[in-house]
Amino acid sequence: MRTYETAEEALESPEYNEALTELLFQLADDDFLLAYRGSEWLGLAPHIEEDVAFSSINQDMMGHATLYYKRLEELGEGKADDLSHLRSPEKFRNAVLLELPNGTGNYLEKPNYDWAFAVVRNYFYTLAKKIKLESLKTSSYVPLQHTARKVLMEVNYHLMHWETWFNQLIQSTEEAHKRMKNAIDQVWEEFMGVLSTGDKGDVMARSGIIEDEETIKKRWISKVESVFTQSGLHLKEKPQMKSGNGRNGEHTPTLESALDTLSEVYRKAPAQGW
Amino acid sequence: MITSDRLKETVYRELKKVEDPEITSVSILDLGMVDDVIVQEKEAVIQVLPTFSGCPALDLIKKRIEEAALKVGGVETVNVQFVYDPPWTTDRITEEGREQLKQFGIAPPPSDHIDGEPWHVDCPYCGSTYTTMENIFGPTACRSILYCKSCKNPFEAMKPVANL
Repeated sequence: MRTYETAEEALESPEYNEALTELLFQLADDDFLLAYRGSEWLGLAPHIEEDVAFSSINQDMMGHATLYYKRLEELGEGKADDLSHLRSPEKFRNAVLLELPNGTGNYLEKPNYDWAFAVVRNYFYTLAKKIKLESLKTSSYVPLQHTARKVLMEVNYHLMHWETWFNQLIQSTEEAHKRMKNAIDQVWEEFMGVLSTGDKGDVMARSGIIEDEETIKKRWISKVESVFTQSGLHLKEKPQMKSGNGRNGEHTPTLESALDTLSEVYRKAPAQGW
Repeated sequence: MITSDRLKETVYRELKKVEDPEITSVSILDLGMVDDVIVQEKEAVIQVLPTFSGCPALDLIKKRIEEAALKVGGVETVNVQFVYDPPWTTDRITEEGREQLKQFGIAPPPSDHIDGEPWHVDCPYCGSTYTTMENIFGPTACRSILYCKSCKNPFEAMKPVANL
């Protein structure tokens, strides 16, 4: 398998570059949107220590998104800040699950947020993220290998954190158990979107940018299966993708409202440093 | 004529004075953030390894490095590059850096930590081993919050990160 040491080398092969760019947008937008949803929890987490931890995790994830946007910048896709703030919703490649709001209400007014949903969404996402990063450590695109290695070091801390919450709540009171099961059902309806690598997935696998979607899915499902067994839960059918595939630009209106809020200041004055 | 080796040495001396904006007792050199300094003609290329990805201090660190290197006579332009190979790991922190972290009230990361396993650090104030982890995540991306049951002080520790 051919490896590509630099952006210049990748740019020489249009087909390779197209698949690589597509994957980088998926990785960047996933972290970007989930970190944004996480940041809406600031001041609302169950206790003060969690507020510190969760905001630190979101800061790390924003950092990971930045690293991927920088790789895109090197490939001539535009400035990292513009990529995150000025693209229209249909250009985003994040999984639909990660754009969904934290619950009903708004962080400024009556935030009726669901902590069980936050725990399950983040835990399952971090498991999938780690599996992808392990695969990217041997990517044919060398700058992506280095990025993955860097991100992986921090993701292990995130995984430890969400694993603790998941195990504690699932084994807690009847009420907690019920809420966690509801959250799992909710996350299950869209999780296939996180595991999908979209229409360009075949080219990505063929050119060694990341392993094929089926392999990634199998690893994730077998991991979740063992988590479920430990917690006395049963794995139902495969996860689904009810609201469309974000990898192909399909999104819910909640993405647009998220982008409107998070890019409001930047769009007003893109030249301003802030 | 000043040789480039001499210039390089002088640049390193200046970098030793550049503090981490969030831990002002330690220089970026002792934190192990400088991978290489290349001096060619009048340009100094300084390759820097970022610590944590989301660290908001990076832009400030870059600016401070530029200012420091420009103080060296013979250097007219400075190019700071953030590189990711090799990755920054906590075992790059020097012995001096570890002492300076303690002075700031931050316990240095354990040098023999195995990734994924819990780690243990002694209290930076009284040296006791009787400490508990309060929160893996702390006030900045690189720190955790701990508590010393001997001297009853809360303290911070730098999170160990290793190349897997």
